[in-house]
Formats: sequence, C-alpha cells, structure tokens
Amino acid sequence: MERAAVLGRLTWLLAEVVEILPETPRVKSLVFSVPGWPGHRPGQHVDVRLTAEDGYQAQRSYSVAAPADGERVVLTVERLEDGEVSPFLVDELAVGDRIELRGPIGGYFVWDGADGGPLHLVAGGSGVVPLAAMLRHRAGLEQAGPAALLYSARAEGDLIYREELDRLADEDDALAVAYTLTREQPPDWTGYDRRIDGEMLSEVFGSPDPAATTFVCGPTRFVEVAADGLVGLGYEASRVRTERFGPSGR
Amino acid sequence: MESADLKLDGNAAGGELREIFGAEMTVVRATCAACGAVREMAELTVYAHAPGTVFRCASCDAVLVRIVRAESRVWLDPSGVSCLELLADA
Amino acid sequence: MAFVTRGFRGRRDPDDDGGRIPPGQYRTEDFPVLSAGPTPHTPVEEWSFTIVSESGEEAARWSWDDFQALPSETVTVDIHCVTKWSKLDTTWEGVSVDTLLAEVEADAAYITAFSDGGYTTNLPLEDVTDGKAWVAYGYDGEPLDPEHGGPARLLVPHLYFWKSAKWVRGLRLMDDDEPGFWESLGYHLYGDPWREQRYWGD
Repeated sequence: MERAAVLGRLTWLLAEVVEILPETPRVKSLVFSVPGWPGHRPGQHVDVRLTAEDGYQAQRSYSVAAPADGERVVLTVERLEDGEVSPFLVDELAVGDRIELRGPIGGYFVWDGADGGPLHLVAGGSGVVPLAAMLRHRAGLEQAGPAALLYSARAEGDLIYREELDRLADEDDALAVAYTLTREQPPDWTGYDRRIDGEMLSEVFGSPDPAATTFVCGPTRFVEVAADGLVGLGYEASRVRTERFGPSGR
Repeated sequence: MESADLKLDGNAAGGELREIFGAEMTVVRATCAACGAVREMAELTVYAHAPGTVFRCASCDAVLVRIVRAESRVWLDPSGVSCLELLADA
Repeated sequence: MAFVTRGFRGRRDPDDDGGRIPPGQYRTEDFPVLSAGPTPHTPVEEWSFTIVSESGEEAARWSWDDFQALPSETVTVDIHCVTKWSKLDTTWEGVSVDTLLAEVEADAAYITAFSDGGYTTNLPLEDVTDGKAWVAYGYDGEPLDPEHGGPARLLVPHLYFWKSAKWVRGLRLMDDDEPGFWESLGYHLYGDPWREQRYWGD
C-alpha cells in the first residue's frame, strides 16, 4: 500500500533573476521575481536549491536583504573562496536565469518595529544582510524608535551597502551607524580599528536599555564574542537574538 | 576551515523544520531532557554539516533532536527533548 | 526531477578514474569535515583505547604510549562518505584492528565502536578483521587533526565513512548488531557503498 507523503508544506518556487547589483568585489545583490511569493519579514531567510543536469543538488540559506515588496526578493551573496554555491551565484548567474527557492523561513530572528523599542544591531561581515533588511524596513516606517548598527568587516572595501547605510544615518537623527575595520584601514579612517569588545559595544549602544532588542549576525565565533560581550555589559540574554552564518554561507 | 565555524544555530535548520512540521518551529521552546535548559529552537546549537542534522543543548551539548533525510523519507529522533512549548491561538 | 539550474555543476571533479567511484558518489579533492557535535580535544595523556567484552568487562587497554609502541602500518585507501563525496588515495598511519583483537578472545559476531562525545557505530566483526580496518592516528604524513578525528579514529574504508568513527576510544564486542548513532536513525546497518546501502531498506 502506498504511503502518502505527509511532508512538503514548504514549496520550492521558481525565482527569476531580474537585476544584479554589484556591492563589493566579492558581493552581489541578486534581485528575483518570485511568482507566488507570500511576502516576508525583515530578518527572515530563504533556502536556495541548485540542481545540475545529472541531478546533483546543493542547497544553501540566504537572508532576504530588503523588506517585502510583492514578488520581489533580494538576496545579497558573498562569494566564498571554497564555496560551491556562492561562486555560481556571484559569477555565473545571469539576468533571466531561474533558480529554486523556498521561504520565508524564520520567526525568531525577525524585527518589524511593532514594539517601537530601540533596535541594536551588530553585524560581522555578510551578517549585515538581514540587519540591513531591518534598517531598510525601519526607514519606511512612519514612526520608529532609535536604532544603532555596529558593523565589523576586515577592510573598507568589504563593507556592503556602505553608501546607503551612511545616507540612512545622515537622514535620521535617531539612527547611528558605526564601523570597525579589523584588518586594514584607509589613511583617513575615523572609525574603529579592532575586533569588537565590551568598550566598543558600550560606546556604540550606551548603557543597557531593557526595552531594546539586539540582533547579532555573522560567523559563529563573531556572534559568540559579541553576544557574550553584550551580556557581560548587562544586556538581558533573552533580548539578544543571534544568527550564526557558517563558513560556506549557512 | 575551523571546526568551530561548523557550529550553527537553529535558524539554519528553519527550512528543514518548517518542511517537517508544517509550521515555523524556530520559536518553539524546547526543554533539554538532560539538563532542563529551556530554549527556543532557534537558539539551540545545530550541526548541519553531517549525514544528518543534530540539535544540541546550548548549555550542556546533549543531543536534543536528530534528523536524517533520504530523498522522500525523513527520520526524526526527538528523544532528547522532554517538552515542547508552542503558542496557539487563544 | 527538480528544476535544473543552467550552468550549475557544483564542486565536483569530472574525472571518475575508472571504476573507483561507487554509484551515486562524486569525487572530491577536498577533505570535507562533517560533525554531529563539538570536536573533543582529549589530550593524549588522558587517552586510552579499550576492548570491551560482550559482558561489559574491559578485556584489553592501551595508553597512548602503549598504542604508539604497537606495530603500525601506512595504508593508502579510497574513502566514500554517504553524503556523496569520495576521496581517492588517502594515506593513513595506524594500528591494524587485527593487532588489537589478537589480545583478546574475540569470537563475538559484531562490534560497536565508541568515541569521545558519545558517537557509536556498529559493524560485523569480520568487517574489521583480516586487514580491513585500522585505528589511525596519522593522515597524509601528519598527526591526525582533531577535526578529522584525532587523536585517533577508526578507519574502515570498504564501508561508508560514517563507520570510520572519529575520536574512537574503543571497540565493544557484541552478540547482536546494535544500531549506532546514525544506524538508529535511518542509515543502513551495514553500509556497503558499492551496493549503495545508504538507508534502511536499501
């Protein structure tokens, strides 16, 4: 007797590339049109599935980079040196190509500003992507509480969305954006120049606010150092939300 | 590659959990049967780079949930979880 | 089949090398690290390898120094992971399981290998004897890296590589074929890559 499938409530949808935006030498934003897309919340991610002609498949997760906008889904992908999927997405994928994706996924690492409280964001490398989605969403709100982003990268050229983040901060007194470049800094650099520590977190975010929600995203070790640092400063652990990216995307 | 980077969290298994349970599971609170720690599944330690997905307690490292996927079959061992807390409509 | 992505091949070596790649496998030059838990870091001063009898008694024990003093071999073998990658011509240094079992009365039908961190895997005794298995502490001329199972791992290349338990600390002789960590959750009890025995019922 045939057993009926009980699973599969999350369907793979076909997403077509409509635009490709270079962000940094290793990073591109891919704009997809996804018929049937149900919408999503800032911080959520999608799973992407690639299938070769002989049936070989690879699957990775990518955070959605922009707030919901009908069928439009934007992913920002960093080409990882030893990667299997990211070099394809960054180097090969062309406008008009289609890939499979499913989502939106996630209910924990999500922010839509409903509570009006302060928003604290700590980004390591490509961990800035879901946090940028939150800031882009916040920029469209009529009323938003204060927000601050601390963004760590190796060098200035690795900062994703740099101009846009600076512009958002310039246009909004209630938004502060701080950068730290850990490996090399340009000659006129006025930002931080070391790995994140308690002193830096304290300067960027001020004394712990029980009404604040904090999101930390990046590679595992970065997230753990930052989250431990925040808790060490007195942040309530339950209000510090973390998302760890693996070495090959997620 | 540092093996420390292989350690992810429950967010990474969100799609897999959603597919199996038909619901967003990352916000479900799980109690570790070994040490009693209660965490949202998003906050559990996840090793996804294995022949299966393994969820471990972020406090004591005990295995909470194991999942193996083979084409159209899924095996799930939830025996490391003593209790799940989900939200329903009142 | 799922939608085929134009131009996607994945990180695979196209060269099959004449029948050395089992069905459904792809050749890789990498050595992927797969793990179900945190990497143990047992210092060699605290390390021991034991053989446990069917009744649960310790039948033999070696400290790290004892183990290093045993006759060792260097072998070059192909390895096949159930996650579909195969790596050819991998070179290992270690002690043959035959050497270890010679110290005990081993007439049980099965063994369960057990490791630091709680991992277990089950095998028929005849699949780890007669030159088919080693406890390896060297890989590619260097001491075995912890992320690949060091200080020592089981090496059973004729079966899927999940049977080659990392961080192995001993073998327990068993009357029954007791499913281990992955075998209890869908993975095939035996695991022959040439018959593609990946999952229950294969």
